[in-house]
Formats: sequence, structure tokens, C-alpha cells
Amino acid sequence: MIETHDVYYTYPNGFEALKGVSLAIETGEFVAIMGENGAGKTTLIKHFNGLMKPTRGSVVVDGRDTKKVTVATLSRDVGLVFQNPDHQLFSETVEDEIAFGLRNFGFDDKTIERRVDWALNLLNISQYRTTSPFILSGGERKRVALSSVLSWDPKIVVLDEPTIGQDYLQKERLRQFIMQLNTQGKTVVIVTHDVEFVADCKPRVVLMSKGRLLADGSSEKILTDDKLLEEASIIPPQVAQLFWQLKFNNAGREIIDVYEAAEILAREIRERMN
Amino acid sequence: MPIIDLKNVTYRYFDVEKPALKDLDLEIDEGDFVIITGPSGCGKTTICRCFNGLIPHFYNGELSGKIVVAGLDVKETQTSVLSQHVGFVFQNPENQLFALSVEKDVAFSLENIGLAREEIVERVEWALEMTGIIELREKAPYELSGGQQQRVAIASVLAMKPEVVVLDEPTSFLDPLSAKRIFEVISSLNKDLGITVVLVEHRLDLASEYANEAVVMDEGKVSFVGTPRDVFNDRDVWALGVGIPKVTRLGHYLKERGIDLGGVALTPSEAADLIRGYMNR
Amino acid sequence: MKSLDGLRFRKRKTPIHRLDPRVKFLLICAIFALSIIFVDLMSITIIFLALVPLVLLAQVQGEWLRSLRASALLAAFIFVLNLIFVSDLYYALAMAFRFLVIVSSFSIFFLTTSPDDLGLALEQSHFPYEFSFAFTTAIRFVPELAKEAQIIVDAQRSRGLELEGGNILKRIRNYIPILIPLIVSAIRRSMELAEAMESRCFGAVKMRTSLHALKIRSMDYLVILMIVLVLAGSIYIRFYIHLL
Repeated sequence: MIETHDVYYTYPNGFEALKGVSLAIETGEFVAIMGENGAGKTTLIKHFNGLMKPTRGSVVVDGRDTKKVTVATLSRDVGLVFQNPDHQLFSETVEDEIAFGLRNFGFDDKTIERRVDWALNLLNISQYRTTSPFILSGGERKRVALSSVLSWDPKIVVLDEPTIGQDYLQKERLRQFIMQLNTQGKTVVIVTHDVEFVADCKPRVVLMSKGRLLADGSSEKILTDDKLLEEASIIPPQVAQLFWQLKFNNAGREIIDVYEAAEILAREIRERMN
Repeated sequence: MPIIDLKNVTYRYFDVEKPALKDLDLEIDEGDFVIITGPSGCGKTTICRCFNGLIPHFYNGELSGKIVVAGLDVKETQTSVLSQHVGFVFQNPENQLFALSVEKDVAFSLENIGLAREEIVERVEWALEMTGIIELREKAPYELSGGQQQRVAIASVLAMKPEVVVLDEPTSFLDPLSAKRIFEVISSLNKDLGITVVLVEHRLDLASEYANEAVVMDEGKVSFVGTPRDVFNDRDVWALGVGIPKVTRLGHYLKERGIDLGGVALTPSEAADLIRGYMNR
Repeated sequence: MKSLDGLRFRKRKTPIHRLDPRVKFLLICAIFALSIIFVDLMSITIIFLALVPLVLLAQVQGEWLRSLRASALLAAFIFVLNLIFVSDLYYALAMAFRFLVIVSSFSIFFLTTSPDDLGLALEQSHFPYEFSFAFTTAIRFVPELAKEAQIIVDAQRSRGLELEGGNILKRIRNYIPILIPLIVSAIRRSMELAEAMESRCFGAVKMRTSLHALKIRSMDYLVILMIVLVLAGSIYIRFYIHLL
């Protein structure tokens, strides 16, 4: 469980990136932190494993104040996957890359071997075991980076902009993977501005703007709130836009899913035509 | 006569076995706004590099076939000459800005071709205005947001007064609202200045309404060409894993439920119009 | 990065900022020369004090003080060394002050001259364009690289890497996971840059033009005149009058 209590963060250059963020993420939850670029999303998640310490306020992870424990200790439980895999890949082979974290955390050789096998399988990259990560495609490198964090089986997985530069099929596979992780009991936090991806995943949404929490609730509720989205400079999902324009949404329905939309629209159109 | 004409183009990067483009044909007419899409690794970026001669002059590799752009044979013409006709905007905004101020960046290519100073000043002014970044002129690149940086990149190629502007996933790193604003700028280049636009993009939900032609690539080939409406409504295109706009998909799902809207929507407002039209029938 | 703050240019509109960079460079060289010509404490103190109005005029006092603070340790070191080997307190003090004068003059120059103007000055002084381009591009990408290095450090620390601790060998090894991604990404970046340069007609014609041109104005001539007078006067005093 992650709790932030009235967190402020000011960069050394004076830029105030977080202005009083209070948030609780329970074990087993799936949360999307949304907001435009510069809203403070990445700064916030860097507080989750202690990379950044609040200038004011506190962050507590599973009962531990992040100011009092090392990044390595926290990272054992909070696995942070960065946006660009090229910012972390450095090993000669994919298996070495995956073993890196395990070695740092002091696992024994036998466990490392077992974990590497497991992580390679998990992301379906076993065929690249002895390949250099540098010659893989962008999508494959992303999977290597992800498996190199999942290898030590952190309880909480935090993904920064996982859909950037991904095509539709890759996103779809990623979505299924995230859902699977979450079903297995992992807490999953994603930072994203990909509205349609969130509309497909339907996690709890935490909306940020200019360093503040703007709203917190189900994706159906938040992604259909036009005033809120406008304030956060977010383009609403196409389905929500359609319902507003048709003014079919007066019954307080909150629809972002395309299949559900088809079902409801079909019924509504027939009713209105009779 | 098409402004971009590729015939039987095959290209293999140096040291790579599999060709990136396979016997590809593509014609793009003057004044078109073409959106090129397709799964990762389909050859979208490679084809863009052929338009301004980065292939074959910058990238080593084997090229066969004929490429003619703006009346110039790409194989025989240097990139520095082609670039005066074909502006290129890259994916990563920060790696295409060189100067320490916006206006110097916009002037960069003009300085490189040795235009007279008065002409440079005039064109820089014009390009800044067209892209709506006049007030940023003295800013350094690192003081700008990603969206602003990408506008500077567009202004820089616009200052060359090219016939064609090619943009290779220019909005990958931007949030949707900044992306939308970039598409609006690009669209105005096409509508108001008649510049032919070739846009490589995954974000079809935001970009497709501006295009009048869509090209879907797969495995180094052009698989589908047509109006965005026809192409994105084709279930075979969906099967390739292209990110079809949700309202376009919705049309199909309604049809499966016995409601045929009789048209294809790319945007929510088009879909709303179609549904209202259906109900009034 | 912080220690370089005393050198980083900030946009301001002051007479010193407006001086032609070539003239400003001449001024710095003159101050440098003066501090070499004179060896006694009083003259060097005068030169040092003469810099203060320049600093105030340029409104860079904060940054200047920071650069002084950063070089204080080295100045103390110079003082002690001279005291030990020459065992002349005034001389040792003068040497330490001389060092501070040199640091200050360079600090004033870089604080008040935009790298862009510096590039332009190089270009107009008939250095090859590639040279000034390389210079401005390097300045342009320093902040980007610093930002990137920070992200890489964060990414590897998130994978349990601990940079502190262990013996020297271990500490050096700790930096491999930082350096390799940084180098790989720098190479990738330079490829992208080259591609973009190519697409923006870099090197298309021999006679490149330039959006801006440096122009020597009356203020610059005045400064040149002052430099010549002060230098000539100082040389006269130092070598012909033996006043000091």
C-alpha cells in the first residue's frame, strides 16, 4: 500500500512540481495516473520508491516512511519501469540484463537462474535469452526492460507511459498483460495520457493537473466528466464525446467502452424511433 | 502527374538480411494530405527516408526501383537539394533543433543554402507566424514544451517553402491535446498553402479527419490505399492491428446489431450526425 | 552541474551584455594581462576591485559570488603553497588574488555572453563554420545530456543499484550501468542529429549566410579605446617609471 500525505516537491531550480498531493493506493488496485505533460505524474511516481523525497509532507509505503529507507529497499517492493528502455539496458545479453536487479538485491545464483527463466517466459522473450538487447526492435526492448523489473517479483509495479511509441497490437498485448498481473494480485500503477488505452483498461483514475490532484475515481466516472477533463487538458474518449453530442447521457450513464456503447446505442436508437 | 512517385522500390539496410521495402509502388498527388500507418516495423519510416534522399544518400544499403519526388530523381539528387522541396519533421523533437534560440533554428536551413539576410528575416517571420510561435522566438529549445519544440521543427521546414512536408510520427512524445494542435497546424499548411503532406501516424483517432488519403503498410509493402473512411472501415485493415478510431469501430458493432448507419464516421461528431440522420429516416 | 552555475549565461539587458563578444573578449584578455604584469598586492587588489563595478553593471553579482566561492579553496591552496615556498605573505596574498581576478574575468565573460553570440563571433572571425556549429551544438545539448544522465541513474537505482559504498574498484564498476546507456543514447542521438542536419541542408553551399550579424557600435569603440589607454598606461607605469 502506498500513501502520500500532502506531498509537495520543489526542484532545485525552484519549479514546484507537486503541490499538496494526498493519495492512497491499496494493495491489489489498478490505478492510472493521468494528466497532460508537466502535470507532475512522473515526479509523483518517483516518490513511490524513494528516488525523490517530498520537500514537505510524507510518503509511506507498506508502513515505511520513504525518507527513512533506501531506494534499493523500497524498490524490492515497488518496481518502477521507465518510459524509455534505452535508459536502462546495458548488458551484453538479455539474460544478464534481467539478472542485474536480482544480483543487486542479493539473490543466490540458483534463485537468479530460476527467476530469469521465469521472467523470460513471462514476457515471451525466451528466444532472445543470449541476444544483445541492443539489436532488438523497440517493442522487444520494452519487453526486456519490463521483465528485468518483474524478475524480482515486486508487489507493486509502476509503469511510466507504457504505451508511448507502441502500435495498436502491442498496446493490446500490454493491456492483457497488465490485467493478468493485476488479477494475480499485483498492485499496478500506470502513468499515461493515452485516454483510449485507459478507456479499454478501466482502472481507477487519478487525474492530475499542474502539480495537484484534480479528481480520483472510476474511469467511467472521470472520463465522462467533460468539465474535469477540460480543466486537466485531456481529450475525452471518443465514445464519451459521442454520447455528449447525442445528448443521450442525461440518464447519468457513464460510458467509455465501445462494446457497451454499441449495446446501449442500439437499444436507445430503437426506442427513440418507435 | 504525382508529386511523389515510387515504382518497384526495394530497399535493404546495410547488414540486414530482410528487406525493409519490398517491390513497393506508391503515388501521391500534389496537394494531398496522406496519412501512412501500419504496425511497427512495417517500413513506414524507411519509406519517408526515400522521399528526401536520406535513402540512398545517408543510409548505406541496397536500393532498387525508381523514386521521383517533385520532379527530381532521388537517386541522382543530393539530400541538400531535395530538402529544399521536401521538408522533413522527425519523431523526436529535441534532436532536430540545433540552435540556441527558436528564430535561429527556423533560419538554420535558409542560412545553409546561403539566402540573402533580408530574405531569411522575412521567411523566418512568416514561418513563425504560420505556426503560431512568434512569441517564442527568443526562447532556447530546453525552455520549450515538446509540443512547442515540434512546432519549431515544423516552422523550420516551412521556412524553406517546400512543396512537400513529410512528418514521421511527430506526436509520439506529446500528450493528446498537444498532438491535436500539431495536427491542426499541419492541416493548415495543407489547406491554406497547398503543401502536400505525408504524415506517418499511429494516432488515427486524432489525425484521420484531416487526411484525404490513407495508406496502410505491412511487411514492407503498401497493403491498402484509399480514403481514410474506406480504408479504416475495412475489417482486413483492422486485422493488421492498426488503431482504428473507436467511433469507426462502433459503426460496425451497430451494424452487427441490425443498425446500418449508411456511412462511416471517423470522429464523434460525424458519428453523432450519422446516428441522428438514421433516426430521422 | 551546480559548480558550473557561475559560468552559465543568463539573458539580461545590460551594457555589458550588449558589448560585442569580440570586444568583451579583448577586455577579459586585457584584465588577464594586467593581472600578469603586476605582481604586487596593491595593484592586484586595485584590479580586483575594478572588476566590482563591471559585475554590478552586468547584474551578475550573485553568480559571480558563487564562482568566487567555488574557487576559494583553490585560491587558499595557491596562497598556502606560495607562503611555504616563497615565504612572503604579501606575495602569497597577491598570487591568490591574481587567481581570483582571472576566475572573475572569465566568469563575467561567460555569464554575459550568449553562446549564440560567441558562435557568431567565431564565425565572423573567420573560424570555419563547422567549428562554431560544434561549439553551439555542444552548449545546446549539455542540459539534455544532464537530464538524460539523471533519468538513467534513477532507472538503475530503481533496479537496486547502489552507487555509494564499496572499495574504489567496486565504485567504478557501479558506474558501468550508467555509462553504457548514456553512451549508447549519445550515439543514437548523434545519428538522429546528423540525419536532421542533412535534411536541413547543412553544408549545402560554401558561402553560408547568417540571420544575425555582429556589429561593432560606438560603445564598443569606446571600450576598445579605454582598454588601449589603460593597458598602455599600466605598461608605462610598470616598466618605465618603476613606481611600484
